Formats: sequence, structure tokens, C-alpha cells
Amino acid sequence: MHMVMSIRRRAIRIFWILGGLLLILAVRIRGGSGGAQADGGILVAQTGVISTSGSDNRAGRRVVADEPRDRFPVTIRRPSGTPLIELKQPDPLGRVGRVTCSTCHSIRAPILQKRSPADLTQFHQAMPLEHGELACYACHNPENSDTLRLADGSVVEYADVMNLCAQCHGFKAQDYARGLHGGMTGFWDLSRGGRVRNNCIDCHDPHVPQYPKMQPTFKPRDRFLAPPAHGDRHPSHDTNAREVDLE
Amino acid sequence: MNEPPRNADPMPSLPVLTRRTAVKGACATLGAAAFVGAVSPLRKVAEELTPAEFFQQHYQELSDEDKRQVFARLEAQTKEEYGAEVSIADDRPIPGTKFVYAINLSLCNGNGKCVEACHHENNHDRATNQSYIRVLEMPKGTMDMAQGNMTYSETVPAEGKFYLPVQCQQCDNPPCVHACPVQATWKEEDGIVVVDYNWCIGCRYCEAACPYHARRFNWKKAEIPADEVNPDQSYLSNRIRPAGVVEKCTYCLHRTRRGRLPACLEACPTGARVFGNILDPDSEIRWLLKNKRVFILKEQLGTEPAFFYFFDE
Repeated sequence: MHMVMSIRRRAIRIFWILGGLLLILAVRIRGGSGGAQADGGILVAQTGVISTSGSDNRAGRRVVADEPRDRFPVTIRRPSGTPLIELKQPDPLGRVGRVTCSTCHSIRAPILQKRSPADLTQFHQAMPLEHGELACYACHNPENSDTLRLADGSVVEYADVMNLCAQCHGFKAQDYARGLHGGMTGFWDLSRGGRVRNNCIDCHDPHVPQYPKMQPTFKPRDRFLAPPAHGDRHPSHDTNAREVDLE
Repeated sequence: MNEPPRNADPMPSLPVLTRRTAVKGACATLGAAAFVGAVSPLRKVAEELTPAEFFQQHYQELSDEDKRQVFARLEAQTKEEYGAEVSIADDRPIPGTKFVYAINLSLCNGNGKCVEACHHENNHDRATNQSYIRVLEMPKGTMDMAQGNMTYSETVPAEGKFYLPVQCQQCDNPPCVHACPVQATWKEEDGIVVVDYNWCIGCRYCEAACPYHARRFNWKKAEIPADEVNPDQSYLSNRIRPAGVVEKCTYCLHRTRRGRLPACLEACPTGARVFGNILDPDSEIRWLLKNKRVFILKEQLGTEPAFFYFFDE
């Protein structure tokens, strides 16, 4: 009788232990893991991590940088050339189309005293110009209106406008040359592919060079980021709200 | 005379329900019920999980053949659940690279194009507009991230504010990796902290450990229309992650380990972002670190980020 009881107890104990193990297993699976062997898996992962970080070949790291290699080109976008101005209305002969600067300026003498569009009595009057204290002919070439010119008088083609910008914005030009300004698309690794980079005037209007204001259009929506509800007791991270609170 | 004594012990003709038996019976019933309750998720799991999925090993333990099977299975799953043809690659670190990121806060104007690019590139849930990047609108004069506002919506840049994009800093001393109880997240040779999304148990310790709020928990299965799924995927990076696991920025390793620039950098209209290999002495990032006064976020925590910020105006 005593023997029978102890066997039954043992059976019940084993039943409970098995039940408990299954419960642990079930909870683990419910928790979203793909791995079944809880303890064994952790051990395996540990050895994996150790072998990975330990096998790092530091001596091999610098080799790639020193290797001579074919480099793909970095393409800088350029204006196609002299700007073309769309005619607002057909000319007296009924022609429509686009004209170069020299179409008009070759038959009109430059007036160097006129510094800004506001000084003009004809044409270009509405053109915005907010670029320091610059006058029109600081950049535009009075001798050949289809080109630009540097402060020393040397001629710059419209396609090379970045050289003109760089004569004043030296530090920006340096940053640009080092890849720290202007953005890029393509490859960080030029041994694998090329890169395309912006021109100054892709982002900055030369007449109003300040980068335009923008409207943020994309916002993550999760429960932490929802704008505070009306009457919310926690003004969260809005600093304006916090200042109001302190007052 | 032959009447048996009253207190004699005759063999009972019916089983008598003693208190002991009753308690035993009740316990046995409770036990059985608990057992059924405990194993019931198994039935559901058995429907959802194939044996291959159930017994899949840790990523670092997978052989090439295992990987081929796992990736094929995941591709088929994506096809079935999202109707999108994708290819899942196994992008490994390029020898001799250590990726470093930097942001010029003088240029960043908080427009959030990087947040959007990350959302699309990394197959985030469309319903929540999830992204690995958060841009904080900060009052000038402080670096206290708690004062940052993530819900700003006015025209940017606003007066008296600067904008601080924060994403995974790929720390050299990553608290998230130390916190993980199952080693489902680790740091690779090129500095990227990755997650095996099939090994993660979703405990969220790493999310709590990260001082930069760089990790996100997948509360539910991502909703993405078939034509918007980015088919160019990597197992450790932008494949569609299962619900119930933690996910994070990988510096777009499915792009950067193939030599390309991260999606957030390409999307930045102000050109504030700079990315590169710090081990290459001629790289842009190397020149930047030498010549700009860079700083890191929450330096006092000793996390050693591979992510730098600077002002230059």
C-alpha cells in the first residue's frame, strides 16, 4: 500500500513538472520567438557572438583603403549653359519661344549705376534680389551677357557657375569639395559605383540664395507621438507648454 | 444475538467520498484544466509555425544552406502575406569598413524627408508611419533631448529652434546589446548593431536600455500595399519584420554593405548628412571628424556612438 502511494505521488509530481515545462514553452512561443530550445539556444547564441567578434581581422582592415582601385566618377550636375528666357507673349512677328540674355542685351548698353531690379525702369523690375549687397554686374558680365564674371574680370561660363559662387563662399566650397555640403546620391564606396552631386544653384536660387523654408509633411504616428489631447494634464515635450506651466 | 456490533468495520458496498478524495479529485481537475490551458497556445502555434520556423537556429549559427532555406521561406511568406516578390539577401560586412554617420545641424531644417525615406526604404508599417528616425525640434541653447518636440508641424526652420535628427547611433559600447537576454542583437565588424528578428523574444529590454529611443517594438503586423514593398531586402535589415519583435536602424546595411549611401542621406534636401568609412583615411567622414567640432549625444553615458553631430555656422 505504501509503495503504491509513493508511485502515485511520484507520477503526480512528474505530471506537474511536465505541465510546468510545457507552460514555459508555451509562454516562450507566444512571446514571438522563432527558437524553441530556450536554454540551448542562448548557449548557441553566446558562442556565436564570441566567435564573430573574436575573428575580426584588424590587420586586414586597412588593406582595402590602400589598394589601388578603379574609382567610379563623381558627377556634378551642371546647368546646360546660358539661361533661356521664355517669352511671355508672341513678338510683333507672332513668334513664340525662348531667347538668350544677349538677344536683348546685345542691343542695349549696360548701365553699371543700376544696382538692383528696384533701380530699373524697364524689365526685370519684379525680380527678387536678396543676396547680400551684390549688384547685378557683380556676377553678370556687362561685356557679354551670356556669361558671368569673377571680381577680377575673368569670364565664367554659366555652366561653371560654381566657380563664381566659390569666389565668395570659400569655406562652403571647401566643404563641398570634401563631400560635406550639397548632398549626394549613389555610392559611398566609389570602387563599387559612382555618385551624383548637386550644383550650388540646384538648391540655392542665386538671386535669393537663402535655403527656402519648408513644410514638414511626414510624421510618424504612434501612441507616444500623438499631439497632446485637449485638456491633457501632461504637456509632454512641448517646451512652450512647459514654460507656460512654470509661470 | 447474531446482530453484528454497531461499531464493527464492514466492507463498504459503495465508495465513500472522504474529504481527502474530494480534495485530490478537485486538484486533479484543476491540474488538468491548467494543463489544457497551458498547451492551448501550442495548437495555435502549430497552425502558424512550420517546423522549419520553429526550429530555426540563431542567425550566427546558420549554415549557408540553412540561410538559403530560411531566406526562401521568408520570401515565400512575403509573397503569400503581402503579394510582393522580394529578394532577401545576406549582406555581410565589407572587410576594412567601419561605418560612421554625421549630421550638420547648421544645415538640417527639420523637414523630415529622412524620416519619410526611412519609412519607405525599410518597409515600415504604413498605418503608423513608423520610421527609425525621429527629428527633435530643440530650443536653441540646450542639448537636453527631453526638451525636444517631435510633433512640430509648423513651417521650418522655426525662429529660435534647431533640429536634431536622432536614430540608432550604432554605439561601440551598446547598452541594448548588453541588455538582450537571448543575444538576439549584436554588433558586427563594420560597427552595425543588428537584430536577428527571428530570434528576438520581444522582451523589449533593449528598447528600455537605449538612451536614444532608437529601437521600436512591432506591436502588430506591418501593413504595406504590395506595390509599395521595397523588394530589395536583407535578412538583418529591411525585410518585413514579424510582429512582437524589436527593430532598429541598420544604417541601411542592405544598401551600405553594397557600397551605396543610406536612404536617409540620399533623401536629405539640405545635404546635412555625411556617411562613410572611418577606416579609409581619404573618406569624407574622416576629413569631417578631423576638421569640424563634432560632438556626440549623451556622451556622459559612455555609449561611444558612431554618430556625430556638428554646427559650422
